[in-house]
Amino acid sequence: MASIPVQAEPRASVERDAPASRHRVGPVILAVEHVSLRFGGVKAISDVSFEVREHEVLAIIGPNGAGKSSMLNVINGVYQPQQGAIRFRDRTFDLMTPHRAASMGIARTFQNLALFKGMTVVDNIMTGRNLRMKAGILAQALRVGPAEREEIRHREAVERIIDFLEIQAHRKTPVGRLPYGLQKRVDLGRALASEPDVLLLDEPMAGMNVEEKQDMCRFVLDVNEQYGTTIVLIEHDMSVVMDISDRVVVLDYGRKISDGTPDQVRHDKAVIDAYLGTTH
Amino acid sequence: MSIPRYAPVAILGLLLAAGLVAPLATGETAPGFWVEVLIGGLMTGVLYSLVALGFVLIFKASGVFNFAQGAMVLFAALAVARLAERMPVWAAVLATVAIMVVLAFIVERIVLRPLVNQEGVVLLMATLGITFFLNGFGQAVWGSDIYEINLGIPREPMMVLGKVFDGGVLVNRDDIAAALAAVLLVGALALFFRHTATGRALRAVADDHQAAQSIGIPLNRIWVIVWSVAGIVAIVGGVIWGGKLGVQFSISQVALKALPVVILGGFESVPGAIVGGLIIGVGEKMAEVFLAPPLVKAFDLAGGGIENWFAYVLALLFLLVRPEGLFGERRIDRV
Amino acid sequence: MFFRENGQFKSTYRADMQLLPIVQDRYFMLGLIAVALVAVPFVATDYLFLSIINPFLILTLAAIGLNLLVGYCGQISIGHAAFMAWGAYAAYNLVQRVPMLNFLVVLVLAGLIAALVGMFFGIPSLRIKGLYLAVATLAAQFFTDWIFARVKWFTNYAHSGSVSTAPVTLFGWTLDTPRDKYLFLLGVLIVFTLIAKNLTRGHLGRAWMATRDMDVAAEVIGIRPVYAKLTAFGVSSFYCGVAGALWGFLQLGSWEPLAFDLNLSFSLLFMIIIGGMGSILGSYLGAAFIVVLPIALNQVPRKMGMPLSTAMASNVEFMIFGSLIVLFLVLEPHGLARLWAIGKEKLRLWPFPH
Repeated sequence: MASIPVQAEPRASVERDAPASRHRVGPVILAVEHVSLRFGGVKAISDVSFEVREHEVLAIIGPNGAGKSSMLNVINGVYQPQQGAIRFRDRTFDLMTPHRAASMGIARTFQNLALFKGMTVVDNIMTGRNLRMKAGILAQALRVGPAEREEIRHREAVERIIDFLEIQAHRKTPVGRLPYGLQKRVDLGRALASEPDVLLLDEPMAGMNVEEKQDMCRFVLDVNEQYGTTIVLIEHDMSVVMDISDRVVVLDYGRKISDGTPDQVRHDKAVIDAYLGTTH
Repeated sequence: MSIPRYAPVAILGLLLAAGLVAPLATGETAPGFWVEVLIGGLMTGVLYSLVALGFVLIFKASGVFNFAQGAMVLFAALAVARLAERMPVWAAVLATVAIMVVLAFIVERIVLRPLVNQEGVVLLMATLGITFFLNGFGQAVWGSDIYEINLGIPREPMMVLGKVFDGGVLVNRDDIAAALAAVLLVGALALFFRHTATGRALRAVADDHQAAQSIGIPLNRIWVIVWSVAGIVAIVGGVIWGGKLGVQFSISQVALKALPVVILGGFESVPGAIVGGLIIGVGEKMAEVFLAPPLVKAFDLAGGGIENWFAYVLALLFLLVRPEGLFGERRIDRV
Repeated sequence: MFFRENGQFKSTYRADMQLLPIVQDRYFMLGLIAVALVAVPFVATDYLFLSIINPFLILTLAAIGLNLLVGYCGQISIGHAAFMAWGAYAAYNLVQRVPMLNFLVVLVLAGLIAALVGMFFGIPSLRIKGLYLAVATLAAQFFTDWIFARVKWFTNYAHSGSVSTAPVTLFGWTLDTPRDKYLFLLGVLIVFTLIAKNLTRGHLGRAWMATRDMDVAAEVIGIRPVYAKLTAFGVSSFYCGVAGALWGFLQLGSWEPLAFDLNLSFSLLFMIIIGGMGSILGSYLGAAFIVVLPIALNQVPRKMGMPLSTAMASNVEFMIFGSLIVLFLVLEPHGLARLWAIGKEKLRLWPFPH
């Protein structure tokens, strides 16, 4: 993975070059195989299968309640599906746990932020480094050389992310005090801190105005282009989806009703029938 | 093969049932004595249930876990006992009802309203603060000696079932009165919840605060009503406990035992409070009478005292196999 | 104008992450420690040591322990005095049965034993939280009360579970005056405070706080809840175990199981609520408050000519505790520590209003 440059990229607009100029899309890295999820009597997901290719940006869209967030929760092990499996690289998992997903390189952001309100921005993003911090209890308690050096090393990595997301001025602020748009950035930063191979974004642009959306799109694309991180995102804003995604999966009432490039999906009758928001 | 979800509970239940009949099975215990211990346990269980009812009421309607229920029982008992020194008991009880309503107002205004959006742990600790305040205040006002409540029930125990068991079974009359009172109370509460407008409003609030507010149910008034009803339940519990043991500070500690009761029964279930109370009452009595002596002998212990922790350990085991209680509902956390 | 950070730039991460980044804070702390080490032993009377200062030091240690679990990791425990009991009785047994052990070793071993017991009773926290967990921790309290009163082996077959200890000797120095005990306790507390600060600054502390704030998200990041919660119980019980051993040996001299009963557990909880949860400073402030209040309640009415009877004083104490708990939860849930922090903020700006 390339390392982040210290200077942030100059402001770019959302319009970008055609997909051909981006990171080459690789083989399938993540596959959802015949997953069904039920909560008591409510079927949230019914027999959904799709594939995600390395380095691509895949969007999951669908009306409210279609099971999109639940799908992400299944991928990283928060919910256990009654049927189906997740295939990551070459290994198939009937049982995925959050810890296993995190250690394999799957990170995510949350629709409702789920930030650690009692901690500062730096500390929140540092928690994302937790899997890589190895110092034992005794070493931490006495703060001896290796423990201190490890803290410093990871602090440097976190500071690079803070530069990238342009939130330097707020690093010591408790996250609860930040405006919503900045909190979303911290959420993204925390997910990036674990240097993931696959990044699951749950409505990263929700509740943002146009400028904030442009910033967030820029960050998402930069992450994808510079690190090659595979992105799976849930999004309602159709213009964003059509602009930045390589492929789109459409869910409705827990079932997959379409799967293809944005253009294919836009003209798919099933999707038009079920739901198609107008581009804003 | 997957283990059905209720299996751990069933196993725990079987173990408890086995423990229950073991003394009979070994043939060393007279059946009459066993029945006596059983009935004694049931009666203690009824007393615990009375306190637990107060917990359940408040939790159902406001989501607050009222640690102070035990202190309310003591406070009510003190009030009745001391007031009854100057007026007939029925008047003392009525006056105490008025006092508990005032208390409900104050608690709602000072504690519940400012903390309305905080999480459960904060409210729990606030009720812990109320506990301490009430204990101190009650004893400062009413005194810290042991006081009597005389309900006019004869003290001598009755002998029942003399024909079934050799020698019959001794039952205390005030225990029978307690059981009757509990039955009446539960019946009255059930009628109240089902057939009055206020009762329906309480159920609505218990289900969803915001929805209830949006259809015009005044949340604050509801909470005052709920805490007043819990106060009345506390009076019943206090009068019965106090009549039995004498009104003293240790009552509020004993009321802590009601916590395991609601864990067994489920925090929001009135039948759960009853069933849980009976299980705890019987369980700890049986453990103290039948389990303690062999343990003392086997481990050379200095005396029994198992009933001090039996209820809590039982609750702990229950929490591990069935956290929602026998009658409670499973909560699913959505992310 | 004295308390400004202007001009204090940090050019390394190490400098930024140190315990006391502001120079004025460092001078203040050094001054405080100098006063504590040099001035106090000469100025304070035996009575002050026995009734206020030594209990304050030991209870602060216990409060830090409880704060690590409740304030930093968010796991409620209302039976925590049980682990102090385990530490005290463990230390007693070690001293009785292995007399050649150095007292510092005894303290550490007692703490470790308490930590193991704490982790065992912390297992329910993996499945339940909030008020359910509170009731489970009561099981720890009552079971511990019972086991030390009844299982005679723990108390060396003493009558009714009460034990007594001889004065502690450490490297030839016998701790038999209150002043000696004070110096030892001060040293122990300083070391343990540093350790607590280091733990909360490191990735374990962040794992605890993440578990407290949003445990599902913490799990998604890769923080194992088992690890976070059980280490919190373990470290917290270690602190309380050591505090219990110190309480028994250096403060009480002889004790019985009731010395570590539910009332002590509630006192510990009040210390961290009033002092401030999630704050080491809060543990100090809360402990000071709880130690000083009963004495103030005793002395102040007497000086004003209206002495309170013991029973009344205890009732008023309850009432004040209860009202303060509610008051703090309503007005300043982060306790005295937050008031202190607000005070420092104002001091930063002084003499300007904003």
